[in-house]
Amino acid sequence: MSMPDLTSAAGAPVINMGTAIRDGLLEAARRDPSVIFFGEGVEDPGALFGTLKDIGKHIGHNRMIEMPIAENGLIGIAIGAALAGKRSVVTLQRVEFALLALEQILNNAAKMHYVSRGNHKVPLVLRMIVGRGWGQGPEHSQSLEAIFAHVPGLKVIMPAFAEDAKGMVTAAVEDDNPVVVIEHRWSHYTTSAVAEGYVHRPLDGPRTVRKGDGLTIVATSYMTLEAVRAADRLAEAGYPVEVLDLRVIRPLNLDPIVESVARTRRLLTVDTGFRMFGIGAEIASEVTSRCFDLLEAAPVRMGLPDHPTPSSRGLVRGFYPDAARIARTAAEMMGVDEAEIARIEGKILADRGDVPIDVPDPFFKGPF
Amino acid sequence: MTKMAENDYRLRCMRQMLRIRLVEETIAERYSEQEMRCPVHLSVGQEGTAVGVCDVLRSEDRVFSSHRSHAHYLAKGGNLNAMMAEIYGKRDGCIGGRGGSMHLMDPDAGMMASIPIVASSIPLATGTALSDKFDDNGKVTVSFLGDACLEEGVFHESANFARLRGLPVVYVCENNLYSVYTNLADRQPERPLTDVAKAHALESRHVDGNDLDAVREAASWAVETARTGTPTFLLLDTYRWREHCGPNYDNHIGYRTEEEFQTWRVRDPLERYRKQLEEAGILSAGSYAELERTLQAEVDAAFTFAINSPLPEPNEARAHVYA
Repeated sequence: MSMPDLTSAAGAPVINMGTAIRDGLLEAARRDPSVIFFGEGVEDPGALFGTLKDIGKHIGHNRMIEMPIAENGLIGIAIGAALAGKRSVVTLQRVEFALLALEQILNNAAKMHYVSRGNHKVPLVLRMIVGRGWGQGPEHSQSLEAIFAHVPGLKVIMPAFAEDAKGMVTAAVEDDNPVVVIEHRWSHYTTSAVAEGYVHRPLDGPRTVRKGDGLTIVATSYMTLEAVRAADRLAEAGYPVEVLDLRVIRPLNLDPIVESVARTRRLLTVDTGFRMFGIGAEIASEVTSRCFDLLEAAPVRMGLPDHPTPSSRGLVRGFYPDAARIARTAAEMMGVDEAEIARIEGKILADRGDVPIDVPDPFFKGPF
Repeated sequence: MTKMAENDYRLRCMRQMLRIRLVEETIAERYSEQEMRCPVHLSVGQEGTAVGVCDVLRSEDRVFSSHRSHAHYLAKGGNLNAMMAEIYGKRDGCIGGRGGSMHLMDPDAGMMASIPIVASSIPLATGTALSDKFDDNGKVTVSFLGDACLEEGVFHESANFARLRGLPVVYVCENNLYSVYTNLADRQPERPLTDVAKAHALESRHVDGNDLDAVREAASWAVETARTGTPTFLLLDTYRWREHCGPNYDNHIGYRTEEEFQTWRVRDPLERYRKQLEEAGILSAGSYAELERTLQAEVDAAFTFAINSPLPEPNEARAHVYA
């Protein structure tokens, strides 16, 4: 699987996305002494899944601030430091810990620039990790980007590929706004060639990762990888589809999506989060408003079903959208006949083989 | 008088307390005109805490406040015209009508922000103190908070961290006994509130918040101790004369008694200090009356400025969502 649109680093070392994020953060911190890191276990042996590994050794341990177990205070303090000129980078082990700090994030981080009529700035990065898999269950694996994306003043990004992630976290640290970075734990394992040194990827909107005219898939985070796998099997069978990696949830840049759907006339969205009131709902609604006369099929949204995420690998069968289901849905929207759909689906299921459903498919390690 | 008032902290503080009182009494008087169309939480009766604390601060020191922010804003040197225009929702308001009375700020004067969600500004104040410690710039941040903030988790999270890190921050608790209509006794067990600070290893002082000299002396200790990297806690007893939100007295509606109000009314920080200065021969009745006239003229001019300022245009509401 090559990613010509995203990988600029021919001959560069192949590393995983978690390491690329660490490299991007370190690079940004080296260039700007006002960057400081906060976290619970910010320099512990795990180093937040390795994403903060040895940063303190390079920039000074005084810039690595170990936080008490106090998320609302922690994030409020990081916002206060940002008001006084620091660039605060907070890392949370799971998305759910941010829920303890919603008051600070939604009121103070999101609104201070606005309320102050531009007098204050809040350069803040809030990294939080979606802990899918291995029975993590109802309160350790949620993908709650829709909550943050609802609030004007926040930026929300979800990188899916290693080099892009490196450049995006650097851009997030350099941004004068609060940026929520939602990292899918399974994306941390994906590998690609990543340029060394300084990489900057603007937080400007979606990227096309597969080209095709049959249908447009807009996917977020790890679901982009599932969509790419579906797209490759569909293309082999003669049904090329376009895949857009959304990357930046807010501010939402709809133009490339509208441009693609105007050509393909069909839209399928695939979220890592809940389908109801999710990111896909916003995209489908906006695209339908702008392209209603051009659509040949009703937009379809895929996402998590309308119940919490259970722990048991028995209960999560069918819970997450996967490449096979994405391919089937896309093919049905394009009017492909059932026998053909079953063949494509069968190939994807054979690709996965007997890998258990609660761990990442090694296929997705890349390199992409 | 003015020069003398600047040189002698006693006259300076009395002048500031009187100025704040006149501003807020004028707000109360004119609120029914329905031109100040936002909630107002008046500090009448509590001026001693804001003035006594802010008087010992340097201009570059920082202050964070809450929904009841008028006295803190003015005592820290916030611009009066911009405050009144903000309350009137006008373009020349300190933030152009974006926040109203509950969000007053004047960062150039060190008045960083007022945040109306109870206790929400406490970690922000702790965060600026963290940044200032990094920069070793000698600044102190004061976090004004009410008695109810000690019930909020984020106070404890912030105090714990401030002590752990040795941050230059002063938590100033103005205990006015009520959270809206609910008495402290119905919200917290009986205990010295300073014990809460002590649990976080914060050194504290507890004084009469309506005694200007006592407040100022305690604040001087608290601020200079914080400046050396030891965060401090001040507990200041005071009383809000008027209703929680709005211009009226509300002793008749049943949550507190007229008798209780009267016991605090005679402890008026302004009147007490005026008498004290007169008895000390620093202030004459005539000069006080003259000062009152001068300040009322300034206040009236600020109201005129606010009334004459234009309303902001709707398209201005879209600016500054992102930096």
